[in-house]
Amino acid sequence: MKFLSYTAALLAAALVTACAPSTAPTTGGGDERTGTLQVWLYDEPNRAPKEKVVGEAIAEFTAKHPDVKIQVTYIPTTPARHEKFKGAFNDPASSPDVAEYGNTDLAEYAAAGGFSELDLSGLDLSPDLVKSATVDGKAYGLPWFIGIRALFYRTDVFTELGLKPPASLEELATTARTIRQKKPDLYGIAVGGEYTFGALPFVWAHGGDITSLDSEGARKGVTAYTGLLTDEVCPPQACASLTGGKTVELFASGKAAMGILGNFSRSAVDAGAAAGKYAVVPLPGVSPGSVAPAFSGGNNLGVLKNAKHSSLAKEFVRLLGGKPYQIKMFEAMGNLPTLTSARDELAAKEPFLKPFLETVTSGTRFVPIDPAWVKIDNQKVIPTLLQKVATGQATVEVATTEAAAAVKGAFGGS
Amino acid sequence: MRRLVRPWLYLLPAAAVLLPLFGYPMYMLGLLSVFDYRQAQVSGGQPTTFVGLGNYARLLSDERFWQVLAQTVGFAAALVVATLAVGAFLAVVMSRAGRLPRLLLGLAATAAWAAPAMTGSTVWMFLFDTDLGLVNQVLGVEGYNWFYDRWVTFGVVGATVVWHSFPFVMVTLYAGMQAIPREIFEAAALDGAGQWNTFRRVVLPMLRPLVTIVVIQSIIWDFKIFTQIYVMTNGGGIAGQNTVLNVYAYQSAFGSSEYGLGSAIGVVMTLILLVVTLFYIRALYRSGERL
Repeated sequence: MKFLSYTAALLAAALVTACAPSTAPTTGGGDERTGTLQVWLYDEPNRAPKEKVVGEAIAEFTAKHPDVKIQVTYIPTTPARHEKFKGAFNDPASSPDVAEYGNTDLAEYAAAGGFSELDLSGLDLSPDLVKSATVDGKAYGLPWFIGIRALFYRTDVFTELGLKPPASLEELATTARTIRQKKPDLYGIAVGGEYTFGALPFVWAHGGDITSLDSEGARKGVTAYTGLLTDEVCPPQACASLTGGKTVELFASGKAAMGILGNFSRSAVDAGAAAGKYAVVPLPGVSPGSVAPAFSGGNNLGVLKNAKHSSLAKEFVRLLGGKPYQIKMFEAMGNLPTLTSARDELAAKEPFLKPFLETVTSGTRFVPIDPAWVKIDNQKVIPTLLQKVATGQATVEVATTEAAAAVKGAFGGS
Repeated sequence: MRRLVRPWLYLLPAAAVLLPLFGYPMYMLGLLSVFDYRQAQVSGGQPTTFVGLGNYARLLSDERFWQVLAQTVGFAAALVVATLAVGAFLAVVMSRAGRLPRLLLGLAATAAWAAPAMTGSTVWMFLFDTDLGLVNQVLGVEGYNWFYDRWVTFGVVGATVVWHSFPFVMVTLYAGMQAIPREIFEAAALDGAGQWNTFRRVVLPMLRPLVTIVVIQSIIWDFKIFTQIYVMTNGGGIAGQNTVLNVYAYQSAFGSSEYGLGSAIGVVMTLILLVVTLFYIRALYRSGERL
């Protein structure tokens, strides 16, 4: 009898292991020197200028390699792109050689073993930016461009009320309150409960971080940001559910006197009622005159592990991610170059970029490079924290403690 | 012997379709739920490990899961009651209305029925939009955010769900009512039964089998509600206050690439639905015996 139950247990164990869910084969990829190089780039609302720059790069590349063709596929940036990338990792046959990807997705893609290591030597990238493309000491992408947020404000409103652009976060709050008091139909500053990258600089400026949301610094930062999500500045009824994109709309349509917008939002603002009536300064930090650390979000170019032409792919990444094409991409799309020399060159001729470049120089921050970040982002840990405080569902202490536990859980489970 | 085999033989064609289409996914769901299975495992970056009931332990010890579960049960119960009430009421109206009103009601209901959940949710969302919504303009409450307060949000989303699902109840019950012989109504009228008594003591008992189907269907639909919440509250509302179980499972499984944990949620949901349905059928069977 005992023997029987042992056998049954063994059999069950064998069955379970035998039927373990399938994993993709780890082999794939190659180093062919001819054929068609497959490239995936992110689609853009206005793709033509990007396509033109990429086309020039392709012409230059194929002139050097006459027996190579390059096929570019533009993939939509909706969350469905993850499925596409996962498909490419799982099936070598549907994998491109080169792909553009958001640097916040890096950790998950690297953990999935999707990209191969790149050599970034000889490129004048700041250590902050190299770090944003590196996992466990290995770089899995060439930072192609970044987007930096700064403080946009309405010059006409500020002149009328005799205000100066704020020099510290505290001054920012008082300025915002003054504006709404004197002009009740304007929001002092457009902030949103779902605007993670608008809120993080407040946390970073006070010395907190995503991995220590219950620290004193983070709590001060959350208090400062949610202090703006009040009836005196940006009423929670209207602002608690706003995303970053919605705050851009609010500022562009002239409903807010200030906003934390990116250099990439320029065309949206210029198309709205605020056009020609605004200026930009770096988002101030805690002490007067300092700059709050900005989030260095952007896109990398990477070579996939399943790439069939790995050497050619690496060469193409170096070309498209090199200085001449970074500058061309700025001229076409307004994307900030990652190479310091390219930024210096642009700063001289583009006054609009000055506040953003100043922000980059004074130091940028990044999200944790760990698959846990994707979880933290998807479970809306930070928006939940901000919204709970803004709507009075929880105090800063309770909400930050909960959020810190959620962050810890995300790291623990991975 | 032949007697024993024959029923199975008749079941074979249905089983041949149902087993691969239904059994295999269920089997895979159960299997995944006992593994640590994330994106890294799917694409072969890390080995797959067997964690036994680890995913379930993680799920059941998560306070948020219980909170979402309670919220889902409450919301689904309210939806089932509301859908049945609206559907039954309109079925009675339909059986009494003249030809033209009946045709119009039928058309309106069919349109609601045919509208994909995604489209319907988006349209309702526009109707209740804070700045540009028709509802705010008609009511003259410009700037009122319908998706700010938890209960108001559930109310608006609930109305959308009921709007989507009442036609099935209405049409089924209406068809059932048409099948009740005229004489029974005449007899009831002769015995002095009013409208309400006729409905409660004559129509309802005769429609019992249909009501069973409709109730079970509604429970399953409303418990599994996803699209309306996901679309209208942007994935769970302010601070996740409107999250329901399916949205939670989606965010855990696909959003976070935790396929193992997501499967565990799926298994738990299936079990809950099975238990609810079994209890309901059993309760009906018992009360049926007494009649």
